[in-house]
Amino acid sequence: MITSENLQQRDVTFKPGDTVRVHYRVIEGNRERIQVFEGLCISRKGGGINETFTVRKNSFGVNVERIFPLHSPKIAKIEVASRGAVRRAKLYYIRDKVGKKSRVKKAK
Amino acid sequence: MATAVFGRKKHMTQAFQDDGTLVGVTVIEVEPNFITAVRTAEEDGYEAVQVGFGAARSNRVNKAQAGTFAKLDTPPRRHLKELRGVSGEVGESIGADVFEVGDRVHVSATSKGKGFQGTIKRHGFARGPMSHGSHNIRQPGSVGASADPARIFKGQRMPGQMGNKTATVRNLEVVAVDAENNELWVRGGVPGGKNAVVRVRKVGE
Repeated sequence: MITSENLQQRDVTFKPGDTVRVHYRVIEGNRERIQVFEGLCISRKGGGINETFTVRKNSFGVNVERIFPLHSPKIAKIEVASRGAVRRAKLYYIRDKVGKKSRVKKAK
Repeated sequence: MATAVFGRKKHMTQAFQDDGTLVGVTVIEVEPNFITAVRTAEEDGYEAVQVGFGAARSNRVNKAQAGTFAKLDTPPRRHLKELRGVSGEVGESIGADVFEVGDRVHVSATSKGKGFQGTIKRHGFARGPMSHGSHNIRQPGSVGASADPARIFKGQRMPGQMGNKTATVRNLEVVAVDAENNELWVRGGVPGGKNAVVRVRKVGE
């Protein structure tokens, strides 16, 4: 299968609840630079080549969510900034929380 | 000369292109199309090759076809079909590698049958009001005028069989060719269900 060539081998494991730093390649004209998108991973869905994850962050007072294909060649690197302790796989409830309640407990 | 091949629709998946964009693709399995006969303009009035493809158990092949395969000293194939305008010699095989990444192709197959359907699903007609005592919810509406012309024009769109007829999706891009695994990946969807026999033809030939 050609799919296997498309799968990126990343030695990073992260789960919903973790705070991740996504190093994303941005092409401006003919120059390429790396942009870092740091935020809370609130979901991972799909499998194989179709797998995606959602990162939520607060950008200048506005909450932004961005969905990345996990195996995108445009992602240079994924770092885990901190681990979170959560009880569910999808943290969509965070969207309705404001202030202190919108945080996730740190993993021990 | 035309470039065409028969294959079977396997499934859909996604693939990353070189610039990192993710596109939906259909995987078509192209087993080698074994040329069993050649049609020529002089003898048959048109140019074509007859190809056999797909493994078949010998007890599932009728005697006429079994004879054809025995004469060519080759295992029986499940399908025997003609590819118009394609050239080749008896005994040769056409595979997925006749296409290159970036080629544009037309893909033809029998579409999924939807059965006898009304005008809303079949032709995209509008629905009547659902409430206020309406009995005109999914009715086709007027189909013509009155005493003149006193008939319904041919081609009037009405309820009837939908799907299960040959459909072609044009101008699909070839995303990947894997001759080793007999796979051809085209961008977008193609007609028919899984394992449907599809004909892939290069655009403009």
